[in-house]
Amino acid sequence: MSPPLAPPGWSRWLVPPAALSVHLAIGQAYAWSVFKPPLEAALHLDGTQSALPFQLAIVMLGLSAAFGGTLVERKGPRWAMTVALVCFSSGFLISALGAWTEQYWLIVLGYGFVGGIGLGIGYISPVSTLIKWFPDRPGMATGIAIMGFGGGALIASPWSAQMLESFGADPTGIALAFLVHGLSYAVFMALGVFLVRVPRPADRAAAAGGPSAAEGVRVSARSAVRTPQFWCLWIVLCTNVTAGIGILEKAAPMITDFFADSSGPVSASAAAGFVALLSAANMAGRIGWSSTSDLIGRKNIYRVYLGVGALMYLTIALFGDSAKPLFVVCALVILSFYGGGFATIPAYLKDLFGTYQVGAIHGRLLTAWSTAGVLGPLIVNWIADRQEEAGRHGSSLYGLSFAIMIGLLVVGFVANEFVRPVHPRHHLPAPPKEAADVQRQQSA
Amino acid sequence: MSSDSSPPRGTRNGLIAFAWVWVGAPLGYGLYELVRKATQLFTG
Repeated sequence: MSPPLAPPGWSRWLVPPAALSVHLAIGQAYAWSVFKPPLEAALHLDGTQSALPFQLAIVMLGLSAAFGGTLVERKGPRWAMTVALVCFSSGFLISALGAWTEQYWLIVLGYGFVGGIGLGIGYISPVSTLIKWFPDRPGMATGIAIMGFGGGALIASPWSAQMLESFGADPTGIALAFLVHGLSYAVFMALGVFLVRVPRPADRAAAAGGPSAAEGVRVSARSAVRTPQFWCLWIVLCTNVTAGIGILEKAAPMITDFFADSSGPVSASAAAGFVALLSAANMAGRIGWSSTSDLIGRKNIYRVYLGVGALMYLTIALFGDSAKPLFVVCALVILSFYGGGFATIPAYLKDLFGTYQVGAIHGRLLTAWSTAGVLGPLIVNWIADRQEEAGRHGSSLYGLSFAIMIGLLVVGFVANEFVRPVHPRHHLPAPPKEAADVQRQQSA
Repeated sequence: MSSDSSPPRGTRNGLIAFAWVWVGAPLGYGLYELVRKATQLFTG
């Protein structure tokens, strides 16, 4: 399958919905928890076992994005979206068979392993193409797509719950739900496969308002991982994501603990509302902050994410238990920075390494996400458990965790300060054909 | 798909609208459910 070149006059506004159709689908991964209680009851599993498919899927996401990125760049977005569609949908179909036959290992293999490959390839599939179509607004373009990954869970969570209610939470009902998910997502993602197009060099130059400086930078993925800039951004992403997960992981018990001794304690349904509001902030941050980065620059926006994020954590730690609105606003800002950090990183990579293999470089950088996914919950849960054992309660359960988060954000802030333009010795020369195209465009 | 089989430019506005509705409708449903749940913070 060759990369699908856009015909003359193809609108670039067809590419974001193509990307969204993939990201909104694979974002379902964060709604896996809906399947956990019925699976535990129907197949006699404990909580750790029922989390396995999700955990394996996230590991496979990181691995396939890191190792499949170069292939995605070579084969193009349509190939990548097709692989994502086949793997993600097959994962559900294999899981349906697993639930039907009550063979749990098939669900782990299907959803976790096969579906996880679909997550990784699908996540990076539109990034490079979007940046090439929107060289003037790369932050906004990737923000739209990566917002979709956050939005996927918002759709899947109520949808899956309703389906399980209709079909029943026994093995047959779960199998039917998996089957409908697999088939529906295949149809939904097909739009992306059908619509995605790679811009011609003339389209790219026209969208950029002329050949920009970034067009001249070409750094391969292999070279990029040897630069200090890549590892600085790895630290930036890892610390920013860890800080966000620090809130996300224990949001409901955290707000309950903070105001347990106040005159107005937080009810379970209000805590659920708080979690939903955090999801909204996460999504809004992805599109809002990432678009803002097109105006104020990538380095500046990460200064805000990391610097203001640390101040927000400090405010919660010092005054969070004094007023609910203050606690909620600070948490929302932190979560919006968490989303913004994810969505802005592809544009930051494009600024530093050019568009040549930005998807592959992004894939390798996502290992920072996998690391943060382990680090964040570990810090918050382990420390809260130890504090509880020590007889502490309320907001004092989280004081040490917050101090660590502030420290991590400061480390990220410093790493961001070290980011400089990539040394020309890492640059590849422009291919003769592209150089000629750009020259032709300039003279036209 | 080759460039020859692509629709003429005039029909693309319809395709753009269709594509955005395709992804916008489920996202709208998700956001509606989210808002319903989020209001519990103030009413619950």
